[in-house]
Amino acid sequence: MWRYLDSIEPCFVAQAGVQWLGLGSLQPPLPEFKRYTVVKGIISPVGDAYKKKGLIPAYHRVIMAELATKNSKWVEVDTWESLQKEWKETLKVLRYLWCNQLCQRYRGRKIVPQSSVLFFPAVPKVKLLCGADLLESFAVPNLWKSEDITQIVANYGLICVTRAGNDAQKFIYESDVLWKHRSNIHVVNEWITNDISSTKIRRALRRGQSIRYLVPDLVQEYIEKHNLYSSESEDRNAGVILAPLQRNTAEAKT
Amino acid sequence: MKSQIPVVLLACGSFNPITNMHLRLFEVARDHLHQTAVPELKLLCGADVLKTFQTPNLWKDAHIQEIVEKFGLVCVGRAGHDPKGYISESPILRMHQHNIHLAKEPVQNEISATYIRRALGQGQSVKYLIPDAVITYIKDHGLYTKDSAWKGKSTQSAEAKTS
Repeated sequence: MWRYLDSIEPCFVAQAGVQWLGLGSLQPPLPEFKRYTVVKGIISPVGDAYKKKGLIPAYHRVIMAELATKNSKWVEVDTWESLQKEWKETLKVLRYLWCNQLCQRYRGRKIVPQSSVLFFPAVPKVKLLCGADLLESFAVPNLWKSEDITQIVANYGLICVTRAGNDAQKFIYESDVLWKHRSNIHVVNEWITNDISSTKIRRALRRGQSIRYLVPDLVQEYIEKHNLYSSESEDRNAGVILAPLQRNTAEAKT
Repeated sequence: MKSQIPVVLLACGSFNPITNMHLRLFEVARDHLHQTAVPELKLLCGADVLKTFQTPNLWKDAHIQEIVEKFGLVCVGRAGHDPKGYISESPILRMHQHNIHLAKEPVQNEISATYIRRALGQGQSVKYLIPDAVITYIKDHGLYTKDSAWKGKSTQSAEAKTS
């Protein structure tokens, strides 16, 4: 009599036997708390208009990210941000991808009324994955719009992976906005320390040192083949103001 | 069967170049979220309360909607009530029925507050029906006596009253 179109799973709270409405299963399943399930990971390289010092063309950075995720079953690259002519705020990228998820979910799906009720499959939440450096960059003047930070933590959420979990917690504690939405900010301790920053990779390459086992093999081969990083490439955008700083400072003046 | 909230992880950055650290971020984050229980707040009630959703002007429709849509209901059965029936009769409840969980009480418990008040009003014992500390409190404060000021009108329909 009751039907589900898609797998919406009700959750259990109490320890008493809970009967599912409409599942049609014969036995009551074991009670469990709701959990997150990560269905996809998305890498979105920034566009060239970001104007960061040493930033090589998005074309190469996108290809390297695609090579790195070639064998991944769940992590993929999205190029929308990298293709934009103007720099796009992170909030805009989140919004764009959330809309994308929403559209994909409904594309080509017929919503069939059963007993005059419409069932809607759950749309995945999009959360921003980052390290402690991004979290702490919220404090850099004019780098982020404060209303953007609020919207990101209020409407989307943050997963911050860091080896300095206490510093991240302290940072959240010291910010009223972050504290208010702390249930939406997950600080994950990275016990197996991983300090492979892009800066160090570029430095090693300039000095002719090996980056094997620091980046995926395909990426290392691609960098070598195209000789992507050098002192010249590191000088790109030297003296140019970073796009968000430029934009937010200009807007503050008006 | 696990109840799951689907999540997509987005990493923004220069990726100049992408490194194994970036890739590990995804793995570590995924592990953490899969092991994180999501706290939820649900309204716990008896089937009689579920029925009161039908009483005109007792509940705001918008409130019922928000309760079942945003939070969820856990409803314990009571003798003489048909929660499945109440749900099928209400469009709002039907639409969010996946968020309404019927808990089967293995041992039928028909201790209603209405009965307790009536028993107390007639001077009868309610020991073993409610906690001793509560009985003591009721006695100490003269609650629910025949002449009690809080007794209220006894002529209201049974439907409007919840136990």
